[in-house]
Amino acid sequence: MKFISYLLIGIVFGIVLTKGEVISWFRIIEMFRFESFHMYGVIGSAVLVGACFVFLAKNFQWKGPDNEPLRPMLYDKGWIRYLAGGTIFGLGWAMTGACPGPLFINASAGFTVFYVAIAAALLGTLIYGMVKKYLPE
Amino acid sequence: MDLIKQPWPWYIVGPLIGLTMVALLLNGKRFGVSRNLKTICTIAGAGSLSDYFKGDWKKQAWNLVFILGSMIGGYIAFNYMSDDPYVMVSEKTEAWLSSVGIESAGTAYQPDEIFSWHGFASNGGWVLLIIGGLLVGFGTRYAQGCTSGHAISGLSNFQLPSLIAVIGFFAGGLIITWLVLPWMFTWLFSA
Repeated sequence: MKFISYLLIGIVFGIVLTKGEVISWFRIIEMFRFESFHMYGVIGSAVLVGACFVFLAKNFQWKGPDNEPLRPMLYDKGWIRYLAGGTIFGLGWAMTGACPGPLFINASAGFTVFYVAIAAALLGTLIYGMVKKYLPE
Repeated sequence: MDLIKQPWPWYIVGPLIGLTMVALLLNGKRFGVSRNLKTICTIAGAGSLSDYFKGDWKKQAWNLVFILGSMIGGYIAFNYMSDDPYVMVSEKTEAWLSSVGIESAGTAYQPDEIFSWHGFASNGGWVLLIIGGLLVGFGTRYAQGCTSGHAISGLSNFQLPSLIAVIGFFAGGLIITWLVLPWMFTWLFSA
């Protein structure tokens, strides 16, 4: 049962984000006001650990379980969708204080109003899917 | 035990988030939470509204299990691994929040004034959570990734599109934090 490993990785991830206060709106606002190093330290050290692994995996040609190279996704070239989509997400990130993972984690931690935000996020995704063909990529 | 119950410092939390991406890669999976929003729409039948939601969602079932796990983790951490959790936000942020009417800064984990059911209904919390949620759902799918896909995985992999997306995340966040919230809170709480 491989699903057990995803469940366990998820449990650790949820604990880490909650104990690290990454899911708190206060920490997100503090970050956008540049008044604490906390979130920059979290994101910076996460990227540093990730980049070291990606570098090693590439250098030593480590392979995954299906013999594929161990690399995160390669994104298509372009910039409009990344800048526009990123900015729209950023507006929502500061309003809710949560990116998609923390929306779910907040709701189960006990801040049940976040179930409404999850429903809204699903509606936002639905709207995106419906207007996708009219948007510049 | 004391160390477990206190808030964890960035140099523990950040590397563990990086290792989450690594653990998923070693299982042949790519760290990307916002993909679940699309998968849930697909399961709910959104394929009849847009081809975007058509396709085999079962390949993403592991990701739903992952987010379910993180919900369990959040529940455990908040209820059993913390005594009276509250966020010691910086003094400057606390002072600013207090000046615009958010008095719970420094004494609560989330702002009671807006993110309790009372705040949701009477203090405009619904505006932040519903409009904010819509923008999160729309924006992350338009950008093809959120903090996990772009900021952590994409930057680790030196992807220019991810750097552009992260610049966007900050542009949007700064607009709300510096231009919208001061006006909104002053209007809500000073009347």
